[in-house]
Amino acid sequence: MGAIFSFFAVIILVLLAFIGVGAANLHFLFGVIIPYAAFVTFTLGIIYRVIKWARSPVPFRIPTTGGQQKSLPWIKQNKLDNPSSTLGVVGRMALEVLFFRSLFRNTKTELREGPKLAHGSDKWLWLAGIAFHWSFLIILLRHIRLFAEPSPFYLYVLESLDGFLQIGAPRLFMTGIILLLAVTYLFLRRLYIPQVRYISLASDYFPLFLILGIAATGILMRYFFKVNVVGVKELTMGLVNFNPKIPQGIDVIFYIHLFLISVLFAYFPFSKLVHMAGVFLSPTRNLANNNRIVRHINPWNYPVKVHTYEEYEDEFRGKMKQSGIPVEKE
Amino acid sequence: MATKAKPPKPEDLSKIDYKPPKTKWMDTPAEFKPGMYCYGTRPKYLEAVDFPNPREWSSSEEDWKLPENWKEIVLEGIKERLSKYRTFHIFMDICVRCGACADKCHFFLGSGDPKNMPVLRAELIRSVYRKYFTGSGKILGKLAGARELTYDVLKEWWYYFYQCTECRRCSLFCPYGIDQAEITIIGRELLNLLGLNTDWIAGPVANCYKKGNHLGLEPHTLKSNIEFMIDDIETITGIRIEPTFNRKGAEILFVTPSGDLFGDPGIYTAMGYLMLFHELGLDYTWSTYASEGGNFGFFTSNEMAKRLHYKIYAEAKRLKVKWILGGECGHMWRLVHQYLDTWHGPADFLEVPVSPVTGTKFENAKSARMVHVAEFAADLIRHGKLKLDPRRNDHLKVTWHDSCNTARGMGILEEPRYIIKNVCNYFYEMPDNTIRERTLCCGSGSGLNAGENMELRMRGGFPRANAVKYVRERYGVNILANMCAIDRAALPPLMDYWVPGVRVAGLHELVGNALVMKGEKERTTDLRLEPLPGKEAKEDV
Repeated sequence: MGAIFSFFAVIILVLLAFIGVGAANLHFLFGVIIPYAAFVTFTLGIIYRVIKWARSPVPFRIPTTGGQQKSLPWIKQNKLDNPSSTLGVVGRMALEVLFFRSLFRNTKTELREGPKLAHGSDKWLWLAGIAFHWSFLIILLRHIRLFAEPSPFYLYVLESLDGFLQIGAPRLFMTGIILLLAVTYLFLRRLYIPQVRYISLASDYFPLFLILGIAATGILMRYFFKVNVVGVKELTMGLVNFNPKIPQGIDVIFYIHLFLISVLFAYFPFSKLVHMAGVFLSPTRNLANNNRIVRHINPWNYPVKVHTYEEYEDEFRGKMKQSGIPVEKE
Repeated sequence: MATKAKPPKPEDLSKIDYKPPKTKWMDTPAEFKPGMYCYGTRPKYLEAVDFPNPREWSSSEEDWKLPENWKEIVLEGIKERLSKYRTFHIFMDICVRCGACADKCHFFLGSGDPKNMPVLRAELIRSVYRKYFTGSGKILGKLAGARELTYDVLKEWWYYFYQCTECRRCSLFCPYGIDQAEITIIGRELLNLLGLNTDWIAGPVANCYKKGNHLGLEPHTLKSNIEFMIDDIETITGIRIEPTFNRKGAEILFVTPSGDLFGDPGIYTAMGYLMLFHELGLDYTWSTYASEGGNFGFFTSNEMAKRLHYKIYAEAKRLKVKWILGGECGHMWRLVHQYLDTWHGPADFLEVPVSPVTGTKFENAKSARMVHVAEFAADLIRHGKLKLDPRRNDHLKVTWHDSCNTARGMGILEEPRYIIKNVCNYFYEMPDNTIRERTLCCGSGSGLNAGENMELRMRGGFPRANAVKYVRERYGVNILANMCAIDRAALPPLMDYWVPGVRVAGLHELVGNALVMKGEKERTTDLRLEPLPGKEAKEDV
């Protein structure tokens, strides 16, 4: 249900851009106004979300520890999975954000005859996740070529690495293919793993289809329709320089691509996609496990009603004296 | 009252169907299965600690006798907590439902109930959050995974938030560290705003508050319990130990869970402490007032947890000790480690702990000034301060259960292993994916260790038991050692059910067995007063 809805939602988005540009000639709307609006929504939205989270304090230091604590000097501490210093935390977060450390740990548990539970390593989700995110990032970086004149030097390095397979012309970028495969895997596992299907919402399928649509239109443009790149760059540079203009001769598929990207950007801050920002703020990961070493302050700590020793002794004084336990008041 | 259901036979219980039902989860109301939940609490316990809405009620009845404005109370409660806890706020927003946590939860593995997948257990509350606190949820409703807070939803919360032991295994595997324990804690706080607790949590909370410990041991009983142990120790070793209680001016205050003072196998662990401290000539005292490290308040609300842990520092201050030593307990240590100093510090009336025997300064307790007994004992052994005869544990083939809280909330993994390797000759690890930070829960933590929910506990403990069974079959393991009082209470029935022949022991029971005390007579029994097999034969060699 969620999958079908999301699929058609993306189809409708494609049609909107197709009709809007192809039939109704709303080039300026789809080429300029919507991209600007999406960019603004994205930026403000993310800032809004992060500020909102950051306004909730972290009253307690509750890192999830994944290895040996810092204790006696002769016991080897696991400094990355159980950091006690800021440097360790930076290391832990870097492993988490760049290499998906926690997901790398993933296991799969199966019930077998016996009954036996077998816990085996399971890296498929990690592999697909990391392939997806890294290729997405590289593709995004490659697109900087459209927003900078002249193209920065690192782009040439990136492109030659990405396209080292050199199949045909234009050069085949691997990241495009990897992105398609990874997203397809992430989608299929949602369909085929019963538990994952059970928990999946429309908002889980929608970004997958959206990204699939973006990747597909991108690939179509590059390898099959051969969109007028010069015209596209003219448009994107116009956007960057706040001097927007619509060049002639850009195929409608470009506008579909651009529209889907705009939707993704605008959708980003209001969806689960904000995990990109949220992961940095997760208190179970970004705190050092030095709770007993350094005092941590809870900003809203307030006095509570307690049962004092005096009250306790008043209640039990007789019994305490009888059994020879010292008391404050005779 | 719910009916007290006997759990099915292990053969039947282990036929677990992991396929989710045909109906979508929002359209599948919680079915209250006897044996899978605890009794709702009696009003007297709530009254003892001024909790709201005390009343006679039963979770198996239709009407839960809620206050008229219950919905407002809950929604207001959510709002307040969103502004107080970044964890809660972020964990509501950033889950991508990747499902990595799903098969990490022992309750899911043991029941197959999809609502026991941490992701879905969190969605139970997240869906309500979306409906009332997010734009997309308000506009798109169900499509955005949002739903109304209804009476049924509230009941579902109660059922499933008391089917989580807050062990945090899910958090370890989550790419964003989303911690079901945090969500469950908040979920339970919200339920407690309506007086929706369980008897087995609220009772101990009231006891801890009034009497100092969850078992409700009064000062004289506590002392006489320890005196029974002293008699046993004398029988075994010929040495008479004389511990002190509430003694002012002692160097160290010792705080342990009261489970160690009542019933086996907890008492053997306590005997181990007594023997160790006596042998060292430690200047320490027990307290009858702060006679509980285990904090059942943590299973109701942050505030209640704070109210109970208050006693530890307060007593240290009153008795003018230099520092505090803590016994073997799981959630006590999670709280000591992560909360105590924040709640009641700075502990500047104490000194940075220094072992009077080895001179080691416990740098890792520099601020909180409370040391774990495993840290303390590992240091003693390392410095050769203890005379140990591990052969006295030769009848025991030992495996080690890392307690969830100390493993994933502290990372105290090597200290106990170092101790065991020095006091036992036969030690075998369970499979890699089931130990250390990946450890599996006993299935009865966070206040689920009652009698009426035995099926839930046996299901939840199934993954742990299964790993024990592996080492039992492979190496003939017969002792499951651990350092948590709930483990010592929860694991024996679990072992009897799934892996008969495996008994449960605390770390310091094994230390007590191996410890050669000055002037002791030749031991013929272990701390359980069971004969040490082959003792004479070995002595002759």
